[in-house]
Amino acid sequence: MRKLTFWQRLYLPEILRGMLVTTRHFWINVLRQRHTITQQYPEMPTFVSERYRGRHRLTRKEDGSPRCTACMLCATSCPALCIHIVAAEHSDPMVEKHPASFTIDELRCVFCGLCVEACPCDAIRMDTGIFALAAEKRENFIYPRELLLGDAVPKNIAEGKAPAQ
Amino acid sequence: MAKKLTIDGKEITARDDATIIQAAHEAGIVIPHYCYHPKLSVAGNCRMCLIELEGRPKLEISCNTPVADDMVVYTNSPKVVEGRRGVLEFLLINHPLDCPICDQAGECGLQDYYMSYGLYQSRFQEEKVHGRKVVDFGPDVVFDSERCILCTRCVRFCDEVTHTNELGIFERGDTAQIATFPGKQLDNPYAGNTVDICPVGALTSKDFRFKIRVWFLQETPSVCPGCARGCNTSVHHHDGRVYRLKPRRNDEVNDTWMCDAGRFGYKSLHENRLLQAAMRNDEGELASAPMQEALASAADLLRDRDPAAIAVLAAPQGTNEDCYLLARLTAEVLPGCQVVVTAGEPGDEDDFLLRADKNPNTRGAQDMGLPAPASPDALADMAAAIEAGNIEVLVAVDVDLKAAFGAETFARLAENLGGLIVQGSTAHPGCEAAQVLLPSAAYVERHGTFTNFQGRIQRINAAFAPPGASQPAWRIYRRLANLLGADWNYPNHEAVWADIADTVPGYGVDYAAIGDQGYHASSES
Ligand code: SF4
Ligand code: SF4
Ligand code: SF4
Ligand code: SF4
Ligand code: FES
Repeated sequence: MRKLTFWQRLYLPEILRGMLVTTRHFWINVLRQRHTITQQYPEMPTFVSERYRGRHRLTRKEDGSPRCTACMLCATSCPALCIHIVAAEHSDPMVEKHPASFTIDELRCVFCGLCVEACPCDAIRMDTGIFALAAEKRENFIYPRELLLGDAVPKNIAEGKAPAQ
Repeated sequence: MAKKLTIDGKEITARDDATIIQAAHEAGIVIPHYCYHPKLSVAGNCRMCLIELEGRPKLEISCNTPVADDMVVYTNSPKVVEGRRGVLEFLLINHPLDCPICDQAGECGLQDYYMSYGLYQSRFQEEKVHGRKVVDFGPDVVFDSERCILCTRCVRFCDEVTHTNELGIFERGDTAQIATFPGKQLDNPYAGNTVDICPVGALTSKDFRFKIRVWFLQETPSVCPGCARGCNTSVHHHDGRVYRLKPRRNDEVNDTWMCDAGRFGYKSLHENRLLQAAMRNDEGELASAPMQEALASAADLLRDRDPAAIAVLAAPQGTNEDCYLLARLTAEVLPGCQVVVTAGEPGDEDDFLLRADKNPNTRGAQDMGLPAPASPDALADMAAAIEAGNIEVLVAVDVDLKAAFGAETFARLAENLGGLIVQGSTAHPGCEAAQVLLPSAAYVERHGTFTNFQGRIQRINAAFAPPGASQPAWRIYRRLANLLGADWNYPNHEAVWADIADTVPGYGVDYAAIGDQGYHASSES
């Protein structure tokens, strides 16, 4: 180990140098608030990047029906095996099939975004910016089709109450 | 006389009447093809099987070119690859981009060959010709004319194999399409095979449609238990559930086909199963119990009883291993007990695959020492003996008791019986009257062998573990025999087989040597 000099062994100059950094940041934060890094979450909304992978949603066609064709490519690519789709015959033969049920177990999901990459129809996205998923029961983390399409709200802390978003 | 030729630099001896594609496949060289099928006539219309012949300027189709001496064939030269790419480009001109929603995706000839030989950059700018989607062909088959490549395999199958002629090609040029003749439906008992042989997603099975993507499925070679023919099958399963059966080629038994009744027989595997052992509790109700306790209670019913007062009624559904131990149990541990085998009602039979005997192992059961299937009179005699009090305990193996005796008779018999032990994988009507219920594994959950009506020994394999407390029937018999004082030691099915191979004439073959294609005593020297 390198031998410390006398001044270094005193420690005082280093402590003073550290205090100087802290003090400088203190005054910058007090005087020029918009440079502050600290966010007042959850009182104030936080910044979420456009590319942020938040909770999934299912998109719709122009006629309002789900874009998803139940091809199960998302379920195939999902490393957490948390997407479960039951396909059913669609009334329009050109569409062939649709997801009779589409559930994502958000507790198992690792938010990797591979499902979004895999989808050939742009039917599933993770652009909701929702990152704070909370519920009291595990079952409530299994998001059904209606919820992913935005037709229902997640069951939260008190049964049936929607979270403030 | 055999012909000698060279394929891709490999010296090959081929049958005189072979075509190049057959000679190549037999030598392990795979030539891409769509319309060629080993069990159908040659159509030569898809042009996918192009090969280069030395000395000929043009590419030839290998499915319709007979072999000749000193031929020199190239199956992968740059010219051939270029030719295949062109053929694929033509085939795909009007083909929809359906793969994500197409049931065939993952096992599709177009996908597979396009990955190897495709153009990748489409040059087609025009609007594709649109066809009919989701056309109902019959009870199980749906047709999509946009995906069809008009290889005519399905048409030839209905002409040459079933001779029912439901399908034909109508119109011509780019409007040509496969359809059923007016007023006809694709509803012959073998219609499901058209879905198997369709190399693309044009014919799909209503039963399997959209259930699961094929890449999730695992395959286990097995044998259909639907009738005495024992068609070789592949069980396609995922996560402890069977999704479909496909025929597996065996030229001695079923070529490459199977009947629809057998194909959909898998459904009963997941319905109405006996999962837990059960026995009467102190209140006299049938309640679940651990296997060991249920077996002990069954042993109590059989122990210290005059064997003449015990009867065994079995359907020949069990494997040879099951039947062998059941025969030994009745002959050695309970000597003098009455054994009756019932084959149930005969079903449809034809001169192709279907057999009237709807049991998979009637012949094997006899070879193992169980009696031949009894006439209805024998069942009536047994019923009379039960009513007279001569038979006190009945052991039922895989039998639908209500169907065997008639519902009313069985209700009377159940009152008279001192004990009813029921063993099986399905909760047949009548099992609720049992004193003891012993759940056994179904054929996809265990290893073993069946002997078909020809005397061919064929192996079945465990695709996944038996559900609940069920276990292979031979293991139940072994445990029962040991509880009754025998000292049997069979750690696994192969140990039982080793005993069979030693003692039963015509069965002297190593278990592993039976293989995937079965073993016939007379066909081996
Ligand atoms: S984000 Fe990843 S883990 Fe979550 S559902 Fe999509 S593929 Fe699965
Ligand atoms: S990949 Fe897209 S279209 Fe396919 S099942 Fe998933 S969400 Fe639906
Ligand atoms: S038939 Fe094959 S290539 Fe055509 S849509 Fe189906 S999977 Fe894709
Ligand atoms: S439906 Fe299938 S088997 Fe029949 S001609 Fe078309 S591609 Fe061939
Ligand atoms: S397989 Fe030879 S032309 Fe189709």
